Formats: sequence, C-alpha cells, structure tokens
Amino acid sequence: MAERSMLEVRGLNAWYGESHILHGVDFDVNEGEVVTLLGRNGAGKTTTMKSIMGLVGTRSGSVVYRGQETIGMRSDLIARAGIALCPEERGIFSSLNVTENLMLPPVIGPGGLSISEIHALFPNLKERAASQGTKLSGGEQQMLAIGRILRTGAKLLLLDEPTEGLAPVIVQQIGRTIREIKNRGFTVLLVEQNFRFAATVADRHYVMDHGVVIDMIQNHELAANMDKLHDYLGV
Amino acid sequence: MLSILGYNVGPMLAQGVLGLINGAFYALLSLGLAVIFGLLNIINFAHGALYMIGAFVAWVLLNYLGIGYWPSLILVPILVGCFGMLIERVLISKLYKLDHLYGLLLTFGLALIMEGLMRNYFGSSGMPFAVPESLRGATRLGFMIMPTYRVWVVAASFVVCIGTWLVIEKTSIGATLRAATENPALVQAFGVNVPRLVTMTYGGGVALAAFAGVMAAPMYSVNPSMGSNVIIVVFAVVVIGGMGSILGSILTGFGLGLVEGFTKYLYPQGSGVVIFVLMVIVLLLRPAGLFGKAA
Ligand SMILES: Nc1ncnc2c1ncn2[C@@H]1O[C@H](COP(=O)(O)OP(=O)(O)O)[C@@H](O)[C@H]1O
Ligand SMILES: [Mg+2]
Repeated sequence: MAERSMLEVRGLNAWYGESHILHGVDFDVNEGEVVTLLGRNGAGKTTTMKSIMGLVGTRSGSVVYRGQETIGMRSDLIARAGIALCPEERGIFSSLNVTENLMLPPVIGPGGLSISEIHALFPNLKERAASQGTKLSGGEQQMLAIGRILRTGAKLLLLDEPTEGLAPVIVQQIGRTIREIKNRGFTVLLVEQNFRFAATVADRHYVMDHGVVIDMIQNHELAANMDKLHDYLGV
Repeated sequence: MLSILGYNVGPMLAQGVLGLINGAFYALLSLGLAVIFGLLNIINFAHGALYMIGAFVAWVLLNYLGIGYWPSLILVPILVGCFGMLIERVLISKLYKLDHLYGLLLTFGLALIMEGLMRNYFGSSGMPFAVPESLRGATRLGFMIMPTYRVWVVAASFVVCIGTWLVIEKTSIGATLRAATENPALVQAFGVNVPRLVTMTYGGGVALAAFAGVMAAPMYSVNPSMGSNVIIVVFAVVVIGGMGSILGSILTGFGLGLVEGFTKYLYPQGSGVVIFVLMVIVLLLRPAGLFGKAA
C-alpha cells in the first residue's frame, strides 16, 4: 500500500466496569484520509473513539499511532502524541467563555490553525467570543468543539457525530469544514449515523455492530452497496 | 456620641471593624477550601491544622533561624504548600477512586496527627510572636483605637483573596482549573496533566491557609489548637457561601466576620453562634449556599 498508516487498531477490547463493550475491533486509518465508523446506536462507535483517546477505564489489544503503541498510555500523553477528540456530547465548559473554551486545549505541536483561521471557518465564534460557552446554540457549540481541536497541532482528529441534531445549513457548514481540514493535511476519523452526509466527506467507511467491525466499504463503492448498508444500519 | 434607634454607633462600628478582621481569616481559609473542594471534591479537614502549621513554621523560622515576619510571609506559604503537595501525592491521591467521605476522614486524621505532634513538641500554652516593627502602633479613629497591624491584616487578606480570584477567573491557568473542575477527564484528554494540576491546586489552597497562619501569628498566640478553633467556623462559612464558589467564599468570609462583629455589640451572647444559626437557615432555605449552583 502506498498510503502511510496513521492509526492501526487491532483486537481492541473495552469494558465499562463489568460490561464488555468492544470485542476485538480492527481497522486502519491512513494519513490524510477521512474514515468513518458507521453503525447502529449502541454498536460501540463512541466507545472506540474513547478507547483510542484513553478515556475508557479498561481496554486491551493494540492501538498504534504513527508507529507508537498507545494502549497503555494516559490520555494526556495520547493527546500530546497528536490525537484530539471532539466528543459526542461536545464537552463545552459552562464556566468558560467561548474564547477560553477555544484556547483551553494546549498546543501540542506545529501545524494547527490560528485563531483567525478558525474564526474564518466559523464566524459565529468570533461574534460570540465573550459569551458563556454553553449559552451558544447547538450548532455553535459544535463549531466550538471542532474549532478548539484544530488549534492544537493534533494531526488525527476524532469527530464523534458532529452533525447530530443540527439544522441542514449547519450540517453543510461542518461538511465544508471537514473537506477543508482534509485539504490541509489533517486525518479524520468520523463517527456518523447519517451515511448520506458521510458519503460527501469520507474516503472509506467501516461498519460496526455489537462491538466489532463487520465490513469496510470504499466511498466510491458506496452506491453499489446501498442494500447491504441499509441492512447493516437498519434504516 | 452618635446614636441610632438607641444603639451607639461608635461601639457598634468598633465591633464591626473587629469582626472584619476575623472575616479576613475566614475569607482566606474558606477560599482555599473552596478551591480545593472544586477540583478535588474533598473537604479538606486538615485546612485548620495547616493554618496552624503555617503559624508554627513562622515562629520556628524566627526563633531558630532569625528569619523575620516579612520573608516568612512569602517563605512559609511556599514551604507549607510543598508539604501540602506531598500529602496530596502520597496520601490523598490514593483515595480519589473511593467515596469522598474517605478523603474527609483521611484529612481529619491528618489534622489530629499534626495538632498532636505540635502539642507534643511545643506544649499547648501558646507562644508569642512579636508584631513586626513597621506595623506597630495604632491610629485613633474616634470610635476606637485601631492597631496598625489589624489594618494590615484586612488589607493584605483582601488583596490576596482578590488576586487569587483574578488568577482563577482571568488567566489561562485559571481557565484550565475551572474546566478541570467541570470535567477533568476531558481536560486531561486535551493533553493537560490533570493529576499535576490537582497537586498544585491542593498546594495552592494549603499555601493560602499557611499565609493566614503567618498573619495570625502576631495577633493570637501561636498554639496547636488555633486551627481547630477557627476551622469549625470556616466550615460554616463555606456551607453558607456555597461549596466550591470562589467569589462566594471571599464575600461570605468577610461578610460573616462583620455579622459576627455586629452581633457582639447588639446581642453579645449570640456572637458565638450567629454564624451557625445562619448556616442552619441557609441549609434549610438554599442548600447549595448563597453563591453555590444547585446540583
Ligand atoms: N458509561 C457507560 N457505562 C456502561 N455502558 C455504557 C457506557 N457508555 C456506553 N455504554 C454501552 O456501550 C455500548 C456501546 O455504546 P456506544 O459506544 O456509545 O455506542 P455508539 O456510539 O455506537 O452509539 C452500548 O450498549 C451502551 O449502552
Ligand atoms: Mg455514540
């Protein structure tokens, strides 16, 4: 393969307390790709993201980021290696204003966007710079949650359902943003329920079910695989 | 003498001013407790003992090493703050996975040990600590004679409290601290070493207590029970202000000092309990405290 591998997930298992959620997840993300995890609610997509980020109590298997095994690492060290998460619940801090939220994640390396570049992508964030973070609309909070991880110089961005519950115009804006950051050389692992949206931004799709990856579909083969996909996702 | 509704304004003001001085200590101590509680979720029962240790370290520095009040005001908070960080690393951090009650019990035990050790070495009679040369003397205010040192205590506490508040509200390290108070796991996943932040925060809260201890040394005799005497009132202050509210703890600290002072004039028998009565009322009407956010 010509592509350089950015992330290799092998036999990933994860537990919340006693409940065993991931049962050997395998997939790869190559440098510069946008890859999605598709799957029904409860399939384990969020748990996979959290496990990569070191946010799940117990995990085993292997997660190699740019040649470095991260499975036993603390989450702050995983972040400093170059991975950043935009969590499903967005994680905007109510005791911080918009600018403070934006500036919160420490810069971990070169290559991040400047504040003015982030404001150019999301003009709302500039207008509302002094507002309390959680006073923003859902769409603005999502922009803030994405914007703040673009600044840090992290090269692999984990976006967990960034379009969930948002109006179509904002979904389009987030789609443009994902294509823009791909052009800038970022690598994106995207969780989506909406595969029509996923098809407009992604190179490849992995399908998850019951804590394992059950299929991989190239984006250009998506149309040919619609029946299979409907079956997987139960739509 | 001026009088309103049969009360003499002069003596009442005098008691108010005295109350404000107590309030300065309440504010410093409850501020440290609030900062620690916010991030660590631990009610630091060792706070009073660490305040007492602050006073003792200042006394030891003065009497054994000839290091005076002014250098101690900086040095003692640093030394005792480092001791606090050691306690957090070695002991308290082992309990974060358990119920908060364990942290409370641990710090309560530590307080008893520290007090016992000090009593063992220094006895319980209390030792004098001279007011520094430059702060001796007093000013005649008409309604009272105001010792210069007490003016200094109120002013210095106020400046330190406001300074701490500004650091927490207006700086990037303060923003990180506030964020970690809300969601430590996410802040850590952004690359912040949260365990280290927790250790430094505990050290900072302890340093505030030690600072209060140094300031108290020339006013009260330095003795092993000085911490447990004040800390019970400070806990009531924290409950009234609202656990974890920074500005709330400062305002409530000074405010309740004033209330206590006025009560001493209006109804002297009640001055020892007024804060606790207020605590009960606040708990019944507004359990989250005057400045606390309801859970
Ligand atoms: N904190 C948790 N504790 C226990 N079980 C959880 C927790 N979070 C998620 N789960 C369970 O793990 C499974 C996978 O959840 P999740 O990874 O959130 O799925 P997805 O993101 O694909 O919808 C679900 O069955 C869910 O109920
Ligand atoms: Mg999910």
